[in-house]
Amino acid sequence: MTLDAIIIGSGPGGSAAADVFTAAGWTVAIVEKGRNHLLDPDDMTKPSSDYSNDEIKFHNRYFLGPDPLVEPRTFRTSEEDGDRVHVGEVNSVPSTVGGGGTHADGKVPRFMPGDFRLLSDLGPQPDADVADWPVTYDELEPFYGQVERAIGVAGLDGANPFAGPRADPFPMPPGAPMFGAVRSVAAAERLGYHPYPAPTAANSVPYDGRPACNNCGFCAFFGCPIHAKGDPVALLTRAMATGRAELLSETFVSKICFEGRRATGVDLVQADGTTRFLAARYVIVAAGAIETPRLLLLSDVEHPALGRYLMVHFQTIVAGGMPYRTYAERGRSVTHVHDDMIVGDELSRQAARDAGLSWIRGGLVEHAGAAMPIMEAKHYPPGAVHNQLMADSPIRKRLWAFTMQGEDLPYPGNRVDLDPSVRDARGFPVARVTYRPGRHELVAHEHFGPRLADILKEMGAEWTAVTSSPGRGNAGFTPDSVPESRHNMGTVRMGTDPRTSVTDPFGRLHDYDNVVVADSSVFVTSTGYGPTLTLATLSARAAHHLV
Amino acid sequence: MPTWLTEAEFEVLTAACDRTVPATAHGPGAVAAGVPDYIDGLLGAFTVDPPRIWARGPTSGRFGGEAAFASFHPLSPLDELAWRMRIEGSQGRPEAEFNGPVIGLQERYRSALAALGADFCAASSEVQDARLAAVDGFGQLLFHHCCEGLYGAPEYGGNREASAWAAIDFAGDVQPRGWTDAEVTEP
Repeated sequence: MTLDAIIIGSGPGGSAAADVFTAAGWTVAIVEKGRNHLLDPDDMTKPSSDYSNDEIKFHNRYFLGPDPLVEPRTFRTSEEDGDRVHVGEVNSVPSTVGGGGTHADGKVPRFMPGDFRLLSDLGPQPDADVADWPVTYDELEPFYGQVERAIGVAGLDGANPFAGPRADPFPMPPGAPMFGAVRSVAAAERLGYHPYPAPTAANSVPYDGRPACNNCGFCAFFGCPIHAKGDPVALLTRAMATGRAELLSETFVSKICFEGRRATGVDLVQADGTTRFLAARYVIVAAGAIETPRLLLLSDVEHPALGRYLMVHFQTIVAGGMPYRTYAERGRSVTHVHDDMIVGDELSRQAARDAGLSWIRGGLVEHAGAAMPIMEAKHYPPGAVHNQLMADSPIRKRLWAFTMQGEDLPYPGNRVDLDPSVRDARGFPVARVTYRPGRHELVAHEHFGPRLADILKEMGAEWTAVTSSPGRGNAGFTPDSVPESRHNMGTVRMGTDPRTSVTDPFGRLHDYDNVVVADSSVFVTSTGYGPTLTLATLSARAAHHLV
Repeated sequence: MPTWLTEAEFEVLTAACDRTVPATAHGPGAVAAGVPDYIDGLLGAFTVDPPRIWARGPTSGRFGGEAAFASFHPLSPLDELAWRMRIEGSQGRPEAEFNGPVIGLQERYRSALAALGADFCAASSEVQDARLAAVDGFGQLLFHHCCEGLYGAPEYGGNREASAWAAIDFAGDVQPRGWTDAEVTEP
């Protein structure tokens, strides 16, 4: 029997599609190149017990993959760098069953209505191809609600004055506010900003058979040992429980095979190195905004925009040293955020004019500290001072910080293509990332960084420091190091015009009738929000469109 | 008894760790915390089965639950290839040299410890510092492993009896207890 769909990638995008398809009676195979540490191998309708509060395993030893020795990527800032300047880890999202959902701390904001009509509302920018999305907030709203209910999102209705309308309340109330966040929220409010409890896919109460979060603090970049984080384990277990989904982990899709305008199936490389062909009526590509264009290029799909407009969020990181302990190791890593730096104000509009730009936008600002001691230890110098610095702990116990997920504009030169010579362990060309921030991102960083530092000073900071990610390497002024945001977007842009976009408004490739991209590759702009909820929502919508 | 290094190499490693993060009034140094065992345990990860790479979950037993960290995850074929490349190097094996030869941690440590010299333990602090700085990249590698061996979970061989966590007032792996809402918001 031919499968109804092959879903490539088991992250939030692929899982959302699997959930919709299996509920509608389709039979699907979910193909994942990484290992299964998420579902109980003896009963895939239940989560596993492989995750733990273990900094070595998750931060230092690639437990969630990809291991850059066997699945490297390459990086350069522009073609002027030559073929590459770096081989190894490049903005890796986990390569494991559950994908990026497993390591995220579960902040799942919706986009704002205006995010979908950026060109109409704000106008063009030099060097960038700013465009409206071929979908509106109102069209997505029911699917946003559906995904929020499935993964379980805690939030406070009405707390964010800039949010779009909601048909239904958040499924759960917010979890416990972190000690430091209570103080940074108060400081931000005194300066006229509008912080609010971060919409978070971590249970604040028992939900859907999974327990409430118990605040262990090993959240960002860790799998949840008690599965209080529902993204995407809730979607995957529900799909598996229908009996109509098969999970093929440690299985790499090396090529989508085509006949005319249709895909017939995919070529697989299995864990033992053997290969086989798998046929299906539909092929759903949800491998992330770096691996998805890589696979399409490996499959000889051609389009002038394919791989272009990579966006990663140019992050502004502002840290402050407090005269008191901040207890950042307790709680959900981030409990509060604010959107004021996306919306902007008279000061930011003046900064844009001063720089000769018609507008600038920053991004969502996360209120957080630093929790992990190995990471801290590597930041201090060795020798006799090390123990004392660890005990005093200026950059862990007494640190509070903001991370602004700065909106990257879509530049055609920021892109993913196939590296001309570097291979993965299976022998296939790896993805090469070409990326550097544009003037918009740098102007926004220069403007908003000091304003965030002012909030930390209002909170009591004795010192503040502003940095960016990617940061400035040895070469000088221009940020030139490898991105680490983990928010990959663009590269297989959606739109109505087949000349300027690769997929239609439902993620289907313009040139092929049964291949649908269901991840953040289709994003037209990057907004200032984490991509997870919106990519899962687009995937659910695309799947409903097919069944 | 070291599991992979020789006794003589282990002595030089111990002296190098002591120089990198010495004990002070603020906490145990790398040696008291067992960092040489952490490093030797990584270099000899494949002397045990499953290899000593990833401790299992979900709990260590320090805050309740089972002591699952005491055993290790089996590796997949791709995991094993990656970790053998990282530890043992590619050693001319075609399946490990798809992007060229890889020098492993075993070779880096063995050659660096030899370069530090058999008399390293008895040398003055100044001489030790100069020799550590003279081996390209080794000081940084050793320092990073000291940080992991000090502040990682004790099941990996370092952080003996969680002494380094105690010194910095870090509770460690708190599952399944976690923190109460009151401990989060108003500690």
